[in-house]
Amino acid sequence: MIAKILENLKLIWKVIRRPSVHYSLGFLTLGGFVAGIIFWGGFNTALELASTEEFCTSCHEMESNVYQELQSTIHFTNRSGVRATCSDCHVPHNWTDKIARKMQASKEIWGKVFGTINTREKFEGKRRELAEHEWARLKANDSLECRNCHNFDYMDFTRQSKRASAMHSTSLASGEKTCIDCHKGIAHQLPDMAGVEGF
Amino acid sequence: MKTRNVLSVFVLLSLSFSAMAETAPVPEDKVATLRLAPIDIEPTPPAMQKVINSDVKQVRNYPMQPPIIPHRIDGYQIDLKVNKCMQCHARNSTGHSQAPMVSVTHYMDRENNFLASLSPRRYYCTQCHVSQLDAKLLVENDFVDVKELMKNPAKTEH
Ligand code: HEC
Ligand code: HEC
Ligand code: HEC
Ligand code: HEC
Repeated sequence: MIAKILENLKLIWKVIRRPSVHYSLGFLTLGGFVAGIIFWGGFNTALELASTEEFCTSCHEMESNVYQELQSTIHFTNRSGVRATCSDCHVPHNWTDKIARKMQASKEIWGKVFGTINTREKFEGKRRELAEHEWARLKANDSLECRNCHNFDYMDFTRQSKRASAMHSTSLASGEKTCIDCHKGIAHQLPDMAGVEGF
Repeated sequence: MKTRNVLSVFVLLSLSFSAMAETAPVPEDKVATLRLAPIDIEPTPPAMQKVINSDVKQVRNYPMQPPIIPHRIDGYQIDLKVNKCMQCHARNSTGHSQAPMVSVTHYMDRENNFLASLSPRRYYCTQCHVSQLDAKLLVENDFVDVKELMKNPAKTEH
């Protein structure tokens, strides 16, 4: 039995190694190229699908907690009608970072399978830890996801409220602080903040 | 004694009669008051008023008045988990925020002992402090500032 399988494998290997008789090298290269594009495109399309809000909220853990809370905030409805979706704030735009984030997200599948946050109580219990991860990420990348939409260079301080412009023209302008230092809880409710810097 | 009993029965009876008289239906055109529409009609709601966001402190109408909030507080979370107001108004936050510190009374318990952090009885800011709308008064307000009263005591009568 095993000998037979080995025999077959050897045969396949031989076929693969043998130079092509019927197809030109050019055709093969081109074919490989096209196949590559299809595969690559499919991969990226899948990635893109996995970045839609429908995908995120397909898990009740995301739908019944954070998504519900998002809906009453300015990032869901506002006078200008520009919306921020989950991935705008949580998934990096740049490809390598995106892949890295998706690898990290396999932790979420694990969490789903083991039900780490499958009730409101469990979610609230774990919320501080999850929030800390997001704060750390945004702190480390200087609130990159916020800045994808809110560009400091184009902020018109004269059109901001006094306290907003006072903060933005000092601590933010000098780089001493970044968006997430001051704007925690902008999209969801906050966890118990005891001991968090600034609270 | 007897006359007293009879009297009280009489008073009670007349009271209940007058109460019955008051439950008589109110005329249709008098129902609409502040609503400005009959009770069975859904009027178009007036335009939403904007919250004053000037960041300019307002004068207090009497010394112990909780000062009003001169800015928007939309989405500011105040619950057991977090008090967003204290991100700027706590004693140790005012350095960076340059916001006024909450009054020292907020750090005292009911025996006037000083506490390290906000007293639970002062925790829910919006119980006493509110933002203001840029809206017309619905009813006339005849409040008189105590300074005015001292200048012109005649104003006391009302
Ligand atoms: C398979 C169900 C599922 C889907 C789909 C899903 N999540 Fe989650 N998510 C979870 C679970 C479960 C956790 C908790 C993981 C844990 O216990 O550490 C979580 C945690 C998170 C966290 C906290 C991460 C951290 O580092 O602690 C963020 C942010 C998040 N999800 C955002 C998203 C976004 C954005 C999407 C869509 C692109 C999404 N999720 C799609 C189930 C899901
Ligand atoms: C405007 C940006 C923004 C949008 C849009 C947004 N989030 Fe968040 N999210 C954050 C920030 C910032 C945090 C860190 C905690 C905090 O400050 O509230 C966070 C935290 C989380 C957490 C960790 C638990 C918690 O509440 O702290 C999860 C899970 C999460 N987001 C999922 C989602 C999902 C799912 C969506 C889409 C329905 C979404 N987020 C949309 C900014 C955003
Ligand atoms: C998809 C683009 C987008 C992203 C990403 C985004 N925002 Fe916004 N943000 C908006 C829009 C649009 C508004 C509303 C503008 C308006 O109409 O006033 C807004 C409003 C705000 C406001 C004003 C709130 C108010 O009550 O006036 C703050 C503060 C803010 N965003 C902070 C953040 C922070 C912090 C992040 C990163 C965690 C972030 N935003 C990410 C688009 C975005
Ligand atoms: C040092 C603290 C601080 C930092 C850092 C900071 N902000 Fe703000 N921001 C404030 C305060 C305070 C307000 C006014 C109060 C509020 O909206 O909660 C404000 C208001 C805003 C508003 C509403 C403008 C208005 O007129 O009310 C937006 C939008 C905003 N911030 C975006 C950002 C973004 C984007 C970043 C990062 C590039 C950032 N902020 C960094 C403190 C800060």
